[in-house]
Amino acid sequence: MEKLEGLPVTPFMDRDKDIRKVVQVLEQTAREILTLLQSVHQPSGFKEIPSKCQKARELFCTVRTHLGELKTKFPVDQYYRFHEHWRFVLQRLAFLAAFVVYLESESLVTREEVAQILGIEVVREKGFHLDVEDYLAGVLIMASELSRLAVNSVTAGDYSRPLRISNFINELDSGFRLLNLKNDPLRKRYDGLKYDVKKIEEVVYDLSIRGLSKELEAGGDK
Amino acid sequence: MSKREGEGYPRRMKTSQKTDDRDTGANLTSPVMAAFKVFQQELDTKHDKHERLVKLSRDITIESKRTIFLLHRVTSVPDVEEVLTEADLKLDGVRLNIRMIAEELRGEDLHQFHRAFTPGIQEYVEAVSFHHFIRHRTLISLEEINTKLVFVKEPEDTPESQQPMGTPQVLTFQVTPTDYLLGVADLTGELMRMCISSVGNGDMDTPFQVSMFLRQIHDGFSYIGNTGPYEVSKKLHTLRQSLSKVEDACYTLKVRGSEIPKHMLADVFSSRTAMMDQDEGMA
Repeated sequence: MEKLEGLPVTPFMDRDKDIRKVVQVLEQTAREILTLLQSVHQPSGFKEIPSKCQKARELFCTVRTHLGELKTKFPVDQYYRFHEHWRFVLQRLAFLAAFVVYLESESLVTREEVAQILGIEVVREKGFHLDVEDYLAGVLIMASELSRLAVNSVTAGDYSRPLRISNFINELDSGFRLLNLKNDPLRKRYDGLKYDVKKIEEVVYDLSIRGLSKELEAGGDK
Repeated sequence: MSKREGEGYPRRMKTSQKTDDRDTGANLTSPVMAAFKVFQQELDTKHDKHERLVKLSRDITIESKRTIFLLHRVTSVPDVEEVLTEADLKLDGVRLNIRMIAEELRGEDLHQFHRAFTPGIQEYVEAVSFHHFIRHRTLISLEEINTKLVFVKEPEDTPESQQPMGTPQVLTFQVTPTDYLLGVADLTGELMRMCISSVGNGDMDTPFQVSMFLRQIHDGFSYIGNTGPYEVSKKLHTLRQSLSKVEDACYTLKVRGSEIPKHMLADVFSSRTAMMDQDEGMA
């Protein structure tokens, strides 16, 4: 049946292979950045935050190179056809970028900043871009990381950080409540945020009833 | 940790405020909240478009299925051409809906919304290729399908048109190879039904034509095998069953066809296929 045989189904498979190869390299680099940043949870790690952020930023250079290569593996106007291949790693990278920015400035990285760190676009029409849902997924992954950081801060003797994390996460939660989410993976991930919020609140509570947090009266209850 | 949930948390006071007035709550002017307001709008726009496409896809599915039911009547009515003409009109209606999908997708990456409209498009491919087979006894090509999905927009249609007078705008919807294959795979089920029902009406030619045609389609799919998209490979199993039924029907016709009076042929085939259907638990 010539009509069926002539159909371009097999070229998809070659492109998929090429894309997968680059994605694997990206995932490797993402793991390296994660390993680097995870060490901030150690008591000794807290002091080294600035240098770790610096190193992470250097690793993001490699990420930019790989993403630049990934862009060349498929037609520029077919981003969503192959999106599933890199969705996971891109969310990871968004999380890592958000985490680095938080550690540096205790603020929420903007979508534009993440795109800049990764060397990609924000707007689909301009090229390989960061989908808003992938950005939001990365932010939610970071929220979990921060709830863990709040706990470990206390263990490491830092009693003011959890309070700052608490304010940050609460504002994040307010932001997410503005969204009308569908029953999709993003919604499921968002459902986890309330556990992060709760965990951090409990840390803050534990500190406050023991009088360990001096800043409670000053700026705790925003 | 230690405390019971909800007691003594300062946040409790904020919660009720939050759920009452999301959009006018505190700190709407903070950069974080402003950013999320933008995300809200972006996501709402995307979801709304998705919903509109789903609705269009459903309408296309319904009308395509009705067209297929209509086309099945060619085995039992004297005037085939009348049925085909009526089906043509129905398909024109479906194409209007496809045009609306094309409008929605203007400027978009169609793969972002593909899941919304793929069911309808596959059903359309099934209907249009069924129609084509009845008339021409050949398989309609993807190019032929897509040629009919080129919509020309007359200048009068667009009041804010920036085109100079007399320049028509062209809007196209192109069926993807995957959707084409999936639609053709579903077509084989309808062809199998057509084969069986044509036997019941004493038609001795159609069953063999359908059998030959189905075999060619099957061979084409086998050639693609597992190298194509996953959904295509899944359909191969059902396709083999349809082919098997058709081949058995032709065998029975060949071996015993001359022995059985025409009006009883239908019973012979309906009981055989009923047995096979029970085995497979097919709907």
